[in-house]
Amino acid sequence: MNNERPDPDQLLARVERDQAKARRGRLKIFFGAAAGVGKTFAMLLAARERRAENLDVLVGVVDTHGRKETQALLDGLEVLPLRQIEYKGTVLHEFDIDAALKRRPGIILVDELAHSNAPGSRHPKRWQDIRELLEAGIDVFTALNVQHLESLNDDIGQIAGIRVWETVPDTFFEDADEVELVDLPPDELLLRLKEGKVYLPQQAQEAVQHFFRKGNLIALRELSLRQTANRVDAQMLDYREDNAIRDVWQVSDRILVCIGPNELAERLVRAGKRLANSLRAEWIVAYVETPQLQRMPAAKRDGVLRILRLAEQLGAETVTLSAPEMSAALIRFSRERNINKIVIGKPSRRGWRRWLLGSVVDVLISHAHNINIYLLGSPRGRGWVEEPSELNLFRKSPLPGLRQRIPAKTKRRYGGYVWAIAVTLFSTTVGYLMFGRLELANLVMVYLLGVVFVATRFGRGPSVLASVLGVGCFDFLFVQPYHSFSVADSQYLITLLAMLVVGIVISNLMVNVRAQAKVAAHRERRAAALYSMSKELASSQSEEQVVVIAVKHLYSEFSSPNTILFPDASGRMEFPRKPAIAESLPGADPSVAQWVFDHNEIAGHGTNTLPGARAVYFPIHNEDKVLGVLALLPVNLRRVFLPEQQKLLETFLRQIGQAISRIRFSEQARSTQMQMEAERLRNSLLSAISHDLRTPLATIIGSASTILHDEGKLNPRDRLELMQGIVDEAGRMSNLVNNILDMAKLEAGALELNKQWYPLEEIIGTVLTLLHNQLAGRPVKVKLPEGIPMILADSVMIEQVLINLLENAARYTPPGSGLEIEAEINDAAVEITVADHGPGIPRGQEERLFEKFYQSRHEMAQSGVGLGLAICRAIVEVHGGRIQAKNRDEGGAAFVFTLPLDQPAPCMEAEE
Amino acid sequence: MAKTDPVIIVMEDDPSIRRFLRTSLSTYGFNVFEAGTGKQGLVELGVRKPDLLILDLGLPDMDGVDVIRAIRAWSVVPIVILSARSGEQQKIEALDAGADDYLTKPFGFGELLARIRVALRHAARPAESGQDNVFMTANLKVDLDNRVVSVDDREVHLTPIQYRLLAVLVKHAGKVLTHQQILNEVWGPSFRENAHYLRIYMSQLRQKLEADPTQPKLLLTESGVGYRLKAW
Repeated sequence: MNNERPDPDQLLARVERDQAKARRGRLKIFFGAAAGVGKTFAMLLAARERRAENLDVLVGVVDTHGRKETQALLDGLEVLPLRQIEYKGTVLHEFDIDAALKRRPGIILVDELAHSNAPGSRHPKRWQDIRELLEAGIDVFTALNVQHLESLNDDIGQIAGIRVWETVPDTFFEDADEVELVDLPPDELLLRLKEGKVYLPQQAQEAVQHFFRKGNLIALRELSLRQTANRVDAQMLDYREDNAIRDVWQVSDRILVCIGPNELAERLVRAGKRLANSLRAEWIVAYVETPQLQRMPAAKRDGVLRILRLAEQLGAETVTLSAPEMSAALIRFSRERNINKIVIGKPSRRGWRRWLLGSVVDVLISHAHNINIYLLGSPRGRGWVEEPSELNLFRKSPLPGLRQRIPAKTKRRYGGYVWAIAVTLFSTTVGYLMFGRLELANLVMVYLLGVVFVATRFGRGPSVLASVLGVGCFDFLFVQPYHSFSVADSQYLITLLAMLVVGIVISNLMVNVRAQAKVAAHRERRAAALYSMSKELASSQSEEQVVVIAVKHLYSEFSSPNTILFPDASGRMEFPRKPAIAESLPGADPSVAQWVFDHNEIAGHGTNTLPGARAVYFPIHNEDKVLGVLALLPVNLRRVFLPEQQKLLETFLRQIGQAISRIRFSEQARSTQMQMEAERLRNSLLSAISHDLRTPLATIIGSASTILHDEGKLNPRDRLELMQGIVDEAGRMSNLVNNILDMAKLEAGALELNKQWYPLEEIIGTVLTLLHNQLAGRPVKVKLPEGIPMILADSVMIEQVLINLLENAARYTPPGSGLEIEAEINDAAVEITVADHGPGIPRGQEERLFEKFYQSRHEMAQSGVGLGLAICRAIVEVHGGRIQAKNRDEGGAAFVFTLPLDQPAPCMEAEE
Repeated sequence: MAKTDPVIIVMEDDPSIRRFLRTSLSTYGFNVFEAGTGKQGLVELGVRKPDLLILDLGLPDMDGVDVIRAIRAWSVVPIVILSARSGEQQKIEALDAGADDYLTKPFGFGELLARIRVALRHAARPAESGQDNVFMTANLKVDLDNRVVSVDDREVHLTPIQYRLLAVLVKHAGKVLTHQQILNEVWGPSFRENAHYLRIYMSQLRQKLEADPTQPKLLLTESGVGYRLKAW
């Protein structure tokens, strides 16, 4: 790790941090050693100065505790009303973050940074409210006492003998843009206390009095001064880095803090934090979960979870490593991440156990070169804590809402012991039968077989019992002197000892094998679950399908009803889209989802944000943005928050996110293609219209102006011809315009079918009458079967189909050639054929004919726009029928369309 | 009918159509007055006492059907309406409201002239008493007094309903009748919903009276609107 150049990633991170800062509001913390040093007073003074500069200052929440001087400073400042929260019969007053965000002041004053919000608030802690205000770009003034800093919590607990539970993560403090130390010498503070100028809560009067001892105050003052000085130091380093990165940039330390499921974990984390701070190093807190640890009671695992959460709050990166052996995993991880310092607890095994079974620390020391190892001792025996707080921490619920589970397996375990006794009895019976016929060594084998059986089925305890019982029975029954535990021949002592040791070793081995098999099966199941989901997702075609697949698989993996919410076009979260399936979670809260969507952070039950919500909300995102929100109602929070479960859930969510973005991309591609198609259509429409409308117009204008300017030179016959031309061309244009309008109407779906019962004969009759002129000179044969039923149709539209088909036939076949109209009843449909004796349809174009703006012969003078057949198809299809074109065997083209006969025609009594 | 030129009022908002109608109709001996709006038209109607009204259904200020209802409240002047294509429902409403005939734009002058003549003839009939009750057109002869129908001088037997249907068409020969109007006159008001009755009887009539029922020459279908007995 000797690269001298600045790491580009680091530089990028700095740039990003600067950019984020520019958007964010600025945070100013008025920092003090203890209550009563005048933080609120200083804050209000500063606020008034800003007010005087005409800045928009709002007092979000400031408690003056009735002090007159402070109260006076509030005059002339706008104060935000507090929110009232009903909680267990009492009304609590809390800072109203929603009102503040809505009001959007330039600067807002929010006192008591470490305050815990009333249950039911959006965030459990006030610093989280402030973070949201900052993210919204609002500058914040706030106040903090040194004892509330998370990393100093431990030290101050030791100094003052009082532990506060309201803490603020150091990272939050460190990220403040400005920290103003409000300092007051201890003597003066004590004087103010005596004068009653310091507000102390009634109920804790005595304890607080105890706190305000001069020694304490001096120590607290020193801590706050040092903290501020550290900050100044860090700022200076930052400045130097910014201005001369190459010179100052050093190979930074990376510290790995290894924690286990024990009381030392919290102290290790705090120590790691202090070390990291002093070295200005990155630090990582790792927890290695070995198969043994996976079998740990849930409460203990929850404790680990909580410690990891604490480490994150203190600014550490946390990892959970899953490996069969702790030391190997740590060494591998250290190499991967270039760790050069490891903080770990002192070995718990001592004496011969450490010598025999080894310890992680020893392995680390012998294998990890170039890594400094810091050992932390256990605090036992030191009397500064009234109550062992670390134990307390483990006893405490690690996450809000996480419940302890009472193990329900005692019965089964008890059964195991019964089995151990039964198996031993059985072995003894077998041994008894063999006794005298076979060597004693074989009897030992029978007992060991019994132990193996018990170990495979019932675990360590019962198999150890079986070993001990077996040794006892063997000694009692088969070793001289019989029916006594004493041993006559001392060589049997070796037999018995070996039998016991072998039995116990077998028990242990079997148990480990069993556990590993279980873990392996578990992993395999998970891999299978993921595989099956990704396989289904890969074949999904729509977002709805993705949602259904995701909800189903999430349900089967986490046994929790869940649902996925998406934002609408304007980014507001909507209630879940249909379809709801059995596994869906009803009643997801879009407002929580909105927060998650906006912040790309998990929220809801069991988290730091909106813990009052029933479900947990996770963002679903792809590489660059949040796509939706998963709302999951866990039956058991542990199933969601355990590290390996969380990893699994993350993988699920990533898969879902990818599937959704894949579908969105393909939809986008499709719509682009559709737009291109529409564009193409528009272009061909324009060219068709411009050609087909202009040609007749040219004739009309030309002919009409000729007649207009006629000075008696035109002979009557020519004149008549010109006028006939005008009428004909105008008729053509009229047809064209009608077709275009019809198509537009059909495409817009604005058409309402006026379906009634018609005799087919009447429709054909109407059409033939209308086309009388166009079909003049052509024999038209109509063949309708006897007793053809009436059809249910919109007559005007079906007439249009026939008109278009007949006009086409007239246009494309030689004058005078015949046309045929036939109808047939066919499988619950009427099949109507319009056939001609013309040249037929060019091969391979039978389908293309029905496309819009398609013309089979472009060169023909009397072409239309190419809409006629497209209109026919649209009309027939809205009637539920089909239309196709074909060439007849005997020559000529035939257009066949069907109309369904799916309803019985109305009957009418015959009159005659 | 006095030998003065018949008076026609054209209610139409488009000036070029008005100009075309005025020029053409004047040439054929009609006395033409124009109105660009419904209100103006109603005033003209009161003042000029015309023999016929040509009404465009798409007037800017009033709904065409309302204009017809307003006129029918006090006048029986024949009304020929002009309407846009595919406005079947509007045509039916206008006809049911009392219009006598319709033309779909664009139309030829020949068609217009034919409609005007039919309308004027129907308007004149009540005044002509002692009219012989025998109707003849092409090869069809209907003797209304004796209830005898013959085609090419061959008597055709009709059922009572078929005859009633034919009689109604003959009474309004040349004029379009909506399905409703025919149903109402032949079957009575309670059969208004049964347009398919009418179609079946129409088909039966065609079988008996037309040479080729699929290419009717007499009993014409006005697509989507009704029927017309051809009489010119």
